[in-house]
Amino acid sequence: MDSSSLFGISTITYILAMIIYITYLAFRKPMIGIAATTVTIVGFVAQTAAILMRWSETYAQWIAFTPESTFIISVIRSAPLKNLYESLIFFVWCLILGYLIIEFKYKNRSFGAFVTPVAGVVLAFINLSGITKEIEPLMPALQSNWLLVHVMMSFIAYAAFSLSFSTGLMYLIVKTEERREASYLFWTVTLGIFITFMIFMGIDFLAFKVIVKPEAFIKSYMFKGSLINPSAAVRILSWVSMIVIIFIIWRYGSLMKTVIEKFNISAETLDEITYKSIAIGFPIFTLGGLIFGAIWANQAWGTYWSWDPKETWSLITWFVYAFYLHSRMIRGWRGKKAAIVAVVGFAAVMFTYLGVNLLLSGLHSYGELR
Amino acid sequence: MTEGKNKGIVEKIWELLASVKFAIIIFSIISLTSIVGTILEQGAERSRNINVLTRLFGDTLAPTLYDIFEKLGFMDMYHSWWFVTLLFLFSINIVICSVDRLPRIWKIIREPIQPLTEEHLGRSPIKKELIVKGKPDEVKIMVTSAIKKIGFHVAEFKEDKGYQFFAQKGRFSRFGVYITHLSILLILIGALIGIFFGFKGFLPIPEGSSASIVLLNTGHLTNMEELEKERILNALDASSGNISNVSQQLGVDESSLQAKMHRYGIQPLSFSIRCNDFNVDFYEGSDMPKDFKSWLTVIDNGREVIKKTIEVNNPLTYKGITFYQSSYGMVPNAQGIFVLRITPQSGISETKQLHLNDTFTIPGTRIAGTIIDFSPALSFDRQGRPFTYAEMMNNPAVLIDFKEDGKEKYSGWILKRYQTTWKLPEGHIVEFIDLWGTQYTGLQVRKDPGVWIVYFGCIAISIGLYTAFFMSHRKLWVRIVQDKNNTNIMVGAMTNKNRSGFERKIDTMISLLKKRQEGGR
Ligand code: HEM
Repeated sequence: MDSSSLFGISTITYILAMIIYITYLAFRKPMIGIAATTVTIVGFVAQTAAILMRWSETYAQWIAFTPESTFIISVIRSAPLKNLYESLIFFVWCLILGYLIIEFKYKNRSFGAFVTPVAGVVLAFINLSGITKEIEPLMPALQSNWLLVHVMMSFIAYAAFSLSFSTGLMYLIVKTEERREASYLFWTVTLGIFITFMIFMGIDFLAFKVIVKPEAFIKSYMFKGSLINPSAAVRILSWVSMIVIIFIIWRYGSLMKTVIEKFNISAETLDEITYKSIAIGFPIFTLGGLIFGAIWANQAWGTYWSWDPKETWSLITWFVYAFYLHSRMIRGWRGKKAAIVAVVGFAAVMFTYLGVNLLLSGLHSYGELR
Repeated sequence: MTEGKNKGIVEKIWELLASVKFAIIIFSIISLTSIVGTILEQGAERSRNINVLTRLFGDTLAPTLYDIFEKLGFMDMYHSWWFVTLLFLFSINIVICSVDRLPRIWKIIREPIQPLTEEHLGRSPIKKELIVKGKPDEVKIMVTSAIKKIGFHVAEFKEDKGYQFFAQKGRFSRFGVYITHLSILLILIGALIGIFFGFKGFLPIPEGSSASIVLLNTGHLTNMEELEKERILNALDASSGNISNVSQQLGVDESSLQAKMHRYGIQPLSFSIRCNDFNVDFYEGSDMPKDFKSWLTVIDNGREVIKKTIEVNNPLTYKGITFYQSSYGMVPNAQGIFVLRITPQSGISETKQLHLNDTFTIPGTRIAGTIIDFSPALSFDRQGRPFTYAEMMNNPAVLIDFKEDGKEKYSGWILKRYQTTWKLPEGHIVEFIDLWGTQYTGLQVRKDPGVWIVYFGCIAISIGLYTAFFMSHRKLWVRIVQDKNNTNIMVGAMTNKNRSGFERKIDTMISLLKKRQEGGR
């Protein structure tokens, strides 16, 4: 068996886990809950094995290309954290690990119905999108030990931030009462945009796979199937459907509230998890994302900071989370307002990670997506 | 009167600059303007950003918008006066907020912990109570050792009907936030030092040559200025970098020469650096560079002081100036030296250095080879005809024509990267080792005296964040009071962070007490 079939198994297992978690939410039978956790752990073990296997595959290729390097260096250089494909997989791995820790600590499984679909969708996206899965040789600039810790810690932080995003969002859903309330508007619109973007990316993907080039990655094709389609009719239709989706979520948002209230998680716990995830993510991001990134850049190019879009967006993300940490100190900001900042923070994370490569580089026409 | 009013304003400004609200406003403004800075390409040509704006807002608006953004400094915003001002306000905010709060924090840290009254103890944020058998004097040891188990060294206070033990831990973790804040300042100071006392430039050195002048980026220069720059460079070259010679030669005084050199981005090094050799390795079967290296020698005062092979991610530093391997390229019209290693079928290898059209013989035979052509990147088309597919030395090859006793024998391409092409039909091996002297190594040169302050700030911020998030200031009081033949144990505690973690610790202590009690019975 090779790593990609193991990844396939873990994808399917996570999706299965999602179904069981949802069943568990509906019936609340302890046995179902145990089954859900077991299946998630199985998926996690399979994914861990897949990552290790890919590591050893990369190692084999590395020593074939570079027989002169030492064992340790070869192991480090072949760590599977070098392109979009590998980093997304590592992200999912961290996410599931984080979730399992929370499940264990807070003795509450309901949250799994939220996290396993994310894991399944991301893995499925990786499989379908045509992101290169090739094990590629390393460019000289990437042959650095700092790079490995930099990428690894960034993704651990991203996973922590995405947990804070979902608990922050759930907090807002539970805490808002009135449709006219600003925070209600905020979460419904955010969720609406999030969901439409997902759908549009799906459309891009289909259009792209079927019509354009099956083997290449979407990249400069983002939203060309919808929001920025050459045909005005399609364009208007997409914008209108986005508004309709947002409207529906806004109109029936209270249903989500009922569902989440079934989770048996108090709003205070949600707030606590949001804060704790950020309190863990923030130092890791500072050290791994910003500092190690700067050290690597300094070694490779002689500048630790050059204000390029990726760096600047990491800094913006950092500022948003600093904003979150401090906003809790202003009287009256704890709670909903802070949760909004947590949600915005994750939007910044997404943009730093995907938007800079997919949108800004399209705008500036530079930089290949790897 | 007026004085009182003034003081009021000063106080208000102080309060504003010390407030977290102001910090949040600054965070927002820096983030929002930076977003614009990532959409507009920084320091790019006009046409590129017009392009970006056209894609976003259409043809008609783009030029106007460009002019507006240009006026506002967004085309090089991270160096604009207002962005620097924002960073400055941010620093002031951090300093004043720390100065404002430190005395209070210092007081909390200095304050020794005192025993509490019963009423106070009852109001502690964390409270636990239990009853154990035996009088306070009998359970005292058990209690103190349980407290010790969770890591507190308690003081003891004798009360009427029993004892009170109290302790605190992690007082200094309250400094974590301030370490974090001040290290941000440190990083900014380090960056400033780098900007004012450092430089950054590019230095291409052809193989075999040396250089002692780095050219830095400058603003736009007029033709006149370009000419003058050229003159200064030539003069510097001629007098091997001696400034006073150059100033005499050009008839300008030294200080204005220095100013001109600064303006034109001419940065002389106090030593020279020679590139002995340069080499790129490619991954097998592809044009992706695996590694590129330069063999450098630093020459200071005529002496060779350092020899080092640098590669990407592995620079050379001398006298605070660091040389990074950043790129490479071909020297136009250079006549290189071909290095061939010739191994006759039965015999010892011999290395030869030859020019184009030079002839060599294979030792022990009457076969003579002549280098008749060269390609930096050889490939063959469908018909098998050779062609050069790149300007760089991606796949260097020489065409050698072999003759025996003056009679045409065979000719063929020998490729540096492909071993299979080295072997002649008779079994002799002609290996193409290098074409020396046609490539230059592109070095990024950087002097940054502030980088150590920045790194120090980075270490400090890591420690600060760790302290701020993962350590806490914990206080614990345990009161044991006689209650007939039993002892009533009351635990009160408080912490500034991670309350549930502390509660778990206290629960551990209590279960320890219970276990002892059962064990003792
Ligand atoms: C990006 C820059 C900054 C970073 C990374 C940062 C970091 C932090 C961190 C990690 C904490 C602890 C938060 C927590 O425990 O939840 C904190 C607390 C605090 N920060 Fe900042 N900070 C920054 C800028 C500022 C600025 C400009 C101010 C100016 C007012 C400020 C004022 C405070 C205050 C008053 C506290 C609470 C102190 C306490 O609990 O005693 N911070 N900061």
